[in-house]
Amino acid sequence: MKELIGMSLSELKEKLDKKEMSTVELVRAYLDAFEADRKHEKPLNGYIEVFRDSIEKAEKADEARVRGSARPLEGLPFAVKDNIVIKGKHATCASGVLKGFCSPYSATVVKRLVDAGMIPLGRTNMDEFGMGSSCEYSIYGATRNPVDRDLTPGGSSGGSAAVVASGQAPVALGTETGGSVRTPASYCGVYGLKPSYGTLSRYGVVAYGSSLDQIGILAKTPQDIALMLSFAAGADPHDMTSAPTNFTNCSPLKERDIKGLKVLLPTEFLGEGIDPGIKQKVESFAQWFKKNGAQVDTDSVPILQAAVAIYYIIAPAEASSNLARYDGVRYGNRVRQTANLEEMYVKTRSEGFGKEVKRRIFIGNYVLSSGYYDAYYKKAMQVRTLLRREIEKVFSKYDLILSPTSPCPPFKLGEKVDDPLAMYLTDICTTFSNLALIPSLSVPVGTTGAGLPVGVQLAGNRFREDLLLEVAAMYHKEGSR
Amino acid sequence: MKYDVVIGCEVHVQLLTETKAFCSCRNTFGGEPNTRLCPVCTGLPGALPVANQTLVEYAVLAGLAMNCTIVPVTKFDRKNYIYPDMPKGYQISQFDMPICEKGFLEIDTDGGLKKIRIIRIHMEEDAGKNIHTEDRSGLSHVDLNRAGTPLLEIVSEPDIRSPDDAVAYVQSIKHIMEYLKISDCNMEEGSLRCDANINLWVYEGDKKYATPIVEIKNMNSFKAMKAALEYEILRQKEEWTTKRLLLKDVGKVTRGYQEKTQSTILQRHKEESAEYRYFPEPDLKPILIDPAWVESMKSRLPELPAQKRKRFAEEWGLPELDIGKLLVDAELAHYFEAACKEYKGEPKKVANWVITEIGNMLNKESITIIQFREKVPPESLGELLNRIDSGVISGKMAKGIFSDMWAEGKTPEQIINEKGLKQIDDQESLKDIVREVLDQNPKTVEDYKNGKENVLSFLMGQVMKATRGKANPRLSQDLLKELLQK
Repeated sequence: MKELIGMSLSELKEKLDKKEMSTVELVRAYLDAFEADRKHEKPLNGYIEVFRDSIEKAEKADEARVRGSARPLEGLPFAVKDNIVIKGKHATCASGVLKGFCSPYSATVVKRLVDAGMIPLGRTNMDEFGMGSSCEYSIYGATRNPVDRDLTPGGSSGGSAAVVASGQAPVALGTETGGSVRTPASYCGVYGLKPSYGTLSRYGVVAYGSSLDQIGILAKTPQDIALMLSFAAGADPHDMTSAPTNFTNCSPLKERDIKGLKVLLPTEFLGEGIDPGIKQKVESFAQWFKKNGAQVDTDSVPILQAAVAIYYIIAPAEASSNLARYDGVRYGNRVRQTANLEEMYVKTRSEGFGKEVKRRIFIGNYVLSSGYYDAYYKKAMQVRTLLRREIEKVFSKYDLILSPTSPCPPFKLGEKVDDPLAMYLTDICTTFSNLALIPSLSVPVGTTGAGLPVGVQLAGNRFREDLLLEVAAMYHKEGSR
Repeated sequence: MKYDVVIGCEVHVQLLTETKAFCSCRNTFGGEPNTRLCPVCTGLPGALPVANQTLVEYAVLAGLAMNCTIVPVTKFDRKNYIYPDMPKGYQISQFDMPICEKGFLEIDTDGGLKKIRIIRIHMEEDAGKNIHTEDRSGLSHVDLNRAGTPLLEIVSEPDIRSPDDAVAYVQSIKHIMEYLKISDCNMEEGSLRCDANINLWVYEGDKKYATPIVEIKNMNSFKAMKAALEYEILRQKEEWTTKRLLLKDVGKVTRGYQEKTQSTILQRHKEESAEYRYFPEPDLKPILIDPAWVESMKSRLPELPAQKRKRFAEEWGLPELDIGKLLVDAELAHYFEAACKEYKGEPKKVANWVITEIGNMLNKESITIIQFREKVPPESLGELLNRIDSGVISGKMAKGIFSDMWAEGKTPEQIINEKGLKQIDDQESLKDIVREVLDQNPKTVEDYKNGKENVLSFLMGQVMKATRGKANPRLSQDLLKELLQK
């Protein structure tokens, strides 16, 4: 079965369509892989929970195939990050405060994929509420990197990246606020797309930074991402910030002529603090572009330097408000036997939230409070507007921005846990896409000299996910040649 | 002590939209606790708000009716505070870009019309309700049925100078909302709520001193509002005399009105004032308001109380007092006008009937004019009054018929015919009756002839008694006099 679990979603779809295997066999293969890994001395811990009812669903999918009533993605399994709600399933965001919460509704994206026939395999581990870059800030413990189990898989969607990379799921949904899909994708050697803000509905995604949050897709190939996108994207009446995009025709991906493409390599992402091994990978990707007839310019976009700073004002500000609802009144965990309401609030929240989440709630409340609002939140929003304008200018001249995904290769578990600033700086190349609402894809490009996975980031103009995926597919094809 | 009372009001009205402000749950009052809920209005993880278009429409209508500028771009903001009845930990409201700005209302006071400026009208959502049990369990419950109900908050300048004017101002908002049919403004049910900011400007020599502003909450009726403000004036006068506290030193405090003691008690000092950390609601996009659409909304405005007041004076020639009473309810005014169309006589007579007879009936039966008109359409009232004028029935008979019209839901004509209530106008038959009355009362006839002319009314009464009220009064009187002369 090892063979099965190594396959891409598209390959699996073909095998199912040709009836070369059953859905039950397929789902069981992933569950078995999960069970086998649990016996490892250092289990990956990618899943918080696997859904036992996925076998039943697989049986129904097989019946549908026999009846000839199979839906387009019938029986294809996927993993779901623990901050995207599924009807009848728990969703905790890896936080103590949501312990026991079971969702009475499904996120729009989950619903669309399930309606197309897909089967949720389980909930994946993450940094609490998406706040972290290493998948260590979780009440369920850290997730390990399948490439080297002493390393972080990256965060916050580390569980999703680990299960895809290790063959415990063919594809997974993650979420992004400032790089949480792309960073783990690069650390685990898989593809990770952060779509444009608005491409995928946020309804049912537990909010962290609402103006930045977006569901992302982790997969083994660009084609797999395109297939998922073609069913999951499009305006949602439940999300006013969703966009009326149409990606139904993006799969299968078309042949893309690289010739004539204009690519910018911003010097801000190649200077100090970037690992030399990674820098070299980016440069060789640039060579690939040139070899295929693309124009690659190296130039400075100074405002990119501001991205991490304003991100760590805007995201915590929105988070401080978004996380206010976890008060123990209506759902989740409530600390009982308290003397009064205030004590209930204080104890529920003090015990429920981890230290990184508390840190960001503090920062958020601070930057929004009167007296500091103008200096921090308002200023950050103004700089964000400038950044968006500058990025628009870049895309009036270029088709793509090329950069590393992460400035460093995956690091040791525990290495940065107590150094929040060092942790924040791993987001240095990714946050600008969220702030500018544009799509970005982390492309696995092999390993450093030390054998650590490297991801290169392609960013495109808003709603040009198709271009990113097509270019990556061309590269992918060549790489496997 | 020479002083001015300075009052500004913050009025909240619940809007009668079909669904809640940001989800598709029904927007109705009350119901079994926690039955009108969804992921959005319970603030479940991952749920997102979607703005109700009707909320924006109603806000624009209200703004136009209160002479406001409708802004071209508006947005929602989050007002952050934690309370068990606030499911999201923040209220979706509007902070620095309210949908309506700079309006005014003219209120009818004892001192004539007064203009009260309106600073802003903004849209927001209501909270749920906390229900505290009185038993030993000490448990509190939360009912979220009301959570997400759309509200308008209407903020006035401190232009109000007396408790009576404050009540008149809020009543005037209530009338406008009712005329627009966008809120039922029921203070008891909480669909109209008012907080008032009040302080005094004390004049000593050529100096003016402002006393600390007090925000009064928990005024649940117009009566409570008047009592609370009157109490607060006395309290602030007393406080000024004894402590000479100034606004610039103390700032603003919050006091709650207590129905039992008819007084206010301190709830919150300035230092405790909440830090709401407003910021733009990222889940909702800014709303662009097309000026052409606003223009088209103007045509949807009904005739408002102020316009009606003017027209009623000009068109119907009614006295101010009557107009005021008719305009209290748009439907009452409408009933009056419809009855006038049917009635051929003086509009004043219709006004008297609508204000007195119908007014009493509504009170007695605890019904609305809408319920009343279902059984007694205004045309029936006009017809009834026409019958009086044409002498078919007497005014007294008309009142009886009017009661029957309500009780039986019939037209005046049906009742007159069925009950044989037609006035006896026939001279000969009436003469017989009068003669009979005189024959039965020889002593009274004697008295009359001896100059006691006031016995005439007794004799009239006897005629009415004999005819069960149907005798034409004028004719009867003439006949009585005529026969007594003989």
